[in-house]
Amino acid sequence: MTTENTTTPASGTTAVEGERYSPENPAPVIEPPRARTTRTPRSTRTNFELYGWLFMRLSGILLVFLVIGHLLIQLVLDGGVSKVSFAFVAGRWASPFWMAWDLIMLWLAMLHGANGMRTIINDYAQRDNTRFWLKVLLYTATTFTILLGTLVIFTFDPNIR
Amino acid sequence: MSTATVEKPEAGAADSAASHKITVTFRIRRFNPEISADASWQDFVIDIDPKERVLDALHQIKWEEDGTLTFRRSCAHGICGSDAMRINGRNRLACKTLIKDLNPAKPITVEAIKGLTVLKDLIVDMEPFFQAYRDVMPFLITSGNEPTRERRQSAADRERFDDTTKCILCAACTSSCPVFWNDGQYFGPAAIVNAHRFIFDSRDEAGEQRLEILNDKDGVWRCRTTFNCTDACPRGIEVTKAIAEVKQALITRRF
Ligand code: SF4
Ligand code: FES
Repeated sequence: MTTENTTTPASGTTAVEGERYSPENPAPVIEPPRARTTRTPRSTRTNFELYGWLFMRLSGILLVFLVIGHLLIQLVLDGGVSKVSFAFVAGRWASPFWMAWDLIMLWLAMLHGANGMRTIINDYAQRDNTRFWLKVLLYTATTFTILLGTLVIFTFDPNIR
Repeated sequence: MSTATVEKPEAGAADSAASHKITVTFRIRRFNPEISADASWQDFVIDIDPKERVLDALHQIKWEEDGTLTFRRSCAHGICGSDAMRINGRNRLACKTLIKDLNPAKPITVEAIKGLTVLKDLIVDMEPFFQAYRDVMPFLITSGNEPTRERRQSAADRERFDDTTKCILCAACTSSCPVFWNDGQYFGPAAIVNAHRFIFDSRDEAGEQRLEILNDKDGVWRCRTTFNCTDACPRGIEVTKAIAEVKQALITRRF
């Protein structure tokens, strides 16, 4: 015995006559995005993806220490977040060690995050145009943040007031 | 069946066979472009021995209930790789899945594998899948004269790629991969498994070329180690491990 789900589309009653499908006039099938064909571009012979993959692993390991250290110093140790002020930052950036720490953390975190976002865009953006513009936005934002951060770290003036 | 009680006095043997049967609902994703542009779920309620396989149930439905149900199968014994489908949300071979292992108390859903164009009911267009397979050059490449006898190989060298020789190209892995779902340009696990089979074969000489192909932006680096492929593979191939070995070979080759 067979029980059929009557899955008539909502527009079933008002269906236009032209929407009827037949063996001569089959409905279009739904193709998945960006299917591989014989025309799929051949190898570009670069190691960019290899280095990107390695960079994610190595920078990830470094960032664990840098970020956890940063959070501990800023938020937990020595009175917690209430101690963070202009004078506190000025005091820390007087030492090249903390300047280097923050600079490395900025670059690694931004590049790590941008590469991760690039991967996500590659995975999820289906149309080539969407991909392109999302990446333009991503790279602009990344470059801007890295440059601005670097500029501040190097040109920081503790006597600005 | 409603006639079971009537048959009882005269056909005791038939009854004991029938009493093994249970009633199972198969909820099958139907699509026929010659009738409608929309796919829909259709329920079939059949009496079947729970020790039978999903493929047997599909046969029973096709032969006794609805001849328009369309699916691929050939060997019916897990060798040809034609009947990979999504059963209860997991990619499996219908011919290797017993109904009793699927909780037959609830409706069993059967649908086409994902990420490939559905042509009708459970049949998908496998061409992009085989294109990726062809693109990794899945054949022995050597130089020099062909030996008069066989190409010899030590047992240890053979063991190196034994796992990936087991692939039957069913596409269960590739069509369970979320990266492939969104971007068909990705080679997919099956192509990488079959490249692995030759890359690590001591008799083959084109390992470098295949590594170069898989080093590209749609190659192994797109793998997110989701492990869906390893879970899906009906041959028990450690697919994600094979992909990781190709990654490792690429890195050690470079450094
Ligand atoms: S690796 Fe396993 S799941 Fe993938 S195509 Fe081969 S047999 Fe099928
Ligand atoms: S029919 Fe051949 S693998 Fe299932």
